[in-house]
Amino acid sequence: MAENAWILGINMTKFGKHPDKDALDLASEAALAALKDAGVTMKDIGVLAYGNLMGGSSGQMLQKQIGQTGIPVFNVANACATGATALRTVILAVKAGEVDFGLAVGVEKLSGAGLLAGGTRKEDEPTWTPHGRFGAVAAIDGRIGTETMPGVFAQIGMEYGYKYGGTSFELFARIAEKNHAHSTLNPLATYSKRMSLEEIMNDVMIAYPNTRPMCSANCDGAAAAVVVSDSKLKTLSLEQRRRAVKIAASVLTTDPWEEGCQVLPNVNTVTRNGARQAYETAGIGPEDLDLVELHDCFATAELVHYDNLMLCEPGGAVDFFNSGAPWRDGRMPVNVSGGLESKGHPIAATGIANVWEICHHLRGEAGDRQIPGAKVGLAHVIGLGSTCGIHILEKSAA
Amino acid sequence: MASQIPLVDYLVLGDEPHLIAHECEQCGARYFDHRNACANCSGTSFKTVDIPTEGTVTTFTIVSLAAPGIPVPFVSAIVDCGGTPVRTNLVNVEPDPEHVTLGMKVRLTTFSLGVDSAGVEAIGFGFEPVPSS
Repeated sequence: MAENAWILGINMTKFGKHPDKDALDLASEAALAALKDAGVTMKDIGVLAYGNLMGGSSGQMLQKQIGQTGIPVFNVANACATGATALRTVILAVKAGEVDFGLAVGVEKLSGAGLLAGGTRKEDEPTWTPHGRFGAVAAIDGRIGTETMPGVFAQIGMEYGYKYGGTSFELFARIAEKNHAHSTLNPLATYSKRMSLEEIMNDVMIAYPNTRPMCSANCDGAAAAVVVSDSKLKTLSLEQRRRAVKIAASVLTTDPWEEGCQVLPNVNTVTRNGARQAYETAGIGPEDLDLVELHDCFATAELVHYDNLMLCEPGGAVDFFNSGAPWRDGRMPVNVSGGLESKGHPIAATGIANVWEICHHLRGEAGDRQIPGAKVGLAHVIGLGSTCGIHILEKSAA
Repeated sequence: MASQIPLVDYLVLGDEPHLIAHECEQCGARYFDHRNACANCSGTSFKTVDIPTEGTVTTFTIVSLAAPGIPVPFVSAIVDCGGTPVRTNLVNVEPDPEHVTLGMKVRLTTFSLGVDSAGVEAIGFGFEPVPSS
C-alpha cells in the first residue's frame, strides 16, 4: 500500500516586480519559508524538485544557497504545469516510500516580459527554402493562424461558444471582472485593483476577445512546498499534524489524440481526464469542493475549465458563471486569489502557488479572503503542449 | 518563367489550389505535418488525401498584438473542412467581430507572398467568406 502524502509546509512570495531579487533569491525565500512553515530543515529533505521554466536556474543552484545536502534533484519543465510537476515529482517519491520529506520549488522572473510564445519572428530568407515539419518556406505565425498564447486561448474560449452558445466579449470580460474583484483581498497579488467591466472591455485589445486585463499577468514570484509521508507525519507534533493538509489526489495527464488536437491544442479532454482521475482517487465529487483555483491564464480559458472540471453540467459553463456560482460568495468559489489575471503567473511557481492558496483556506489562515469552513479544495493548471496538473487537498482532521 | 513554391508543403498549387493531409491507413487520423507514426494508433502507413476547400469557422480570434513584423490586426481561425479542422488566417474580410462570426462559411484562397532573389514566388493560403447567394 503506497503511503499517503501531506503538505507539511508551504509558502509563496509576494508576486509582482522584484527588481532587486534574482530567481535564486526568490526561490530561496520561498523554500526557506516553506521549511520553516513545516518545522523542518534542509537536512530532513530527501528529494528536491525544481522548476524555473524561462530562467534556467537549477535545483543545484538553489541548494548552493540554502543547503547542499547531497540529495537527488529533479529539474523539471512542463510549460505552465511546471510547478505542479515539481510537486507531483516529490509526492511520487514520498508515496513510493523512498523519502520521508520532499521539497518542491517553482520560480520565475517575468516582470516586463511580453508575449511568451510566437514573440519573435525570424526574417524571411533571401530564397524560399522549405524548412521543418510543414516544409514551410517562411515563418507561419501570423500567416497561418496565431501561435501567441492570448490568441490560442481566445480560440479555445470561442470554440466553446461555437459548440454551446451564450458566449460574448462581455461574458468573458465579466470573468476577468470577478477575478480582479477577488484580488483586492489578496495582499500577495501582483495587481489588487478592482476593475469595472467597462475598464476591462475598453483596455488594450490583445487577441479578441481577450483585452490586457483578461490575460495572465507576467510577474516575478516563487512558491515552495514541503511534502511529508503519512507515517512520518504521525511522529510529528500536534501543531504540525493540525496544520498539515492532506493530498487527497495528485494527478498529471497529457492530451490524448483527438481529431484536430494538433491543429488547435485541446485543453478540454486533458483537464476532464485529470479531473475524473482526481475525483476518483480522492473519493469525492465536484459538489464536495469548497473552493477551486483553476488555470485562468486568460478569461477565455476560465470558462471552459468550469466545464472541464465538472463544476457544471456539460455545456453549462455560461449558465454556471451567470448564476454567480464562481464568485467568492457563490456556491463554488473559483480563483478567490484573484487568479492568474490579477495574482499573476510566474510560470513555474503557479502550480505550487495555487496549492498554497487552497492550503491557506483549509488551514483557516486566509484572513480577509478566507472561505469560511473550507475543508476541501482543488488546484488546477494547464501547460500547453499539453499537460494538466490537478491536486485535491483536504483539511486535517487532527 | 518565374516558378512558384507553396508556403507549406500541404498546400497544392495549380488550377485548383487545395490542401492535402496525411491520412493514417489504419485509423483514418489526419495530419498536416511530416509523420513518424500515427498519434492515435501508432500505424506507420499514410496516404495523401485532398481536403475540401470550403468549410465552417468553428472558432477565431482577432490578433491585435503579435511579434514585430507581423501585420496586425489579423484573424486567426480554425475552419472545419468536411470534418478536418484546418488552422488558417481569415482574409478578404474586415478584422472585426461584426464581420467575422462563428459558423460563417469560408473557402480557400491563395495569394502571393513575394518573389525571392532567384525569381521564385511563394504562395500562401487563407480562407475568405463565401459570398451569400
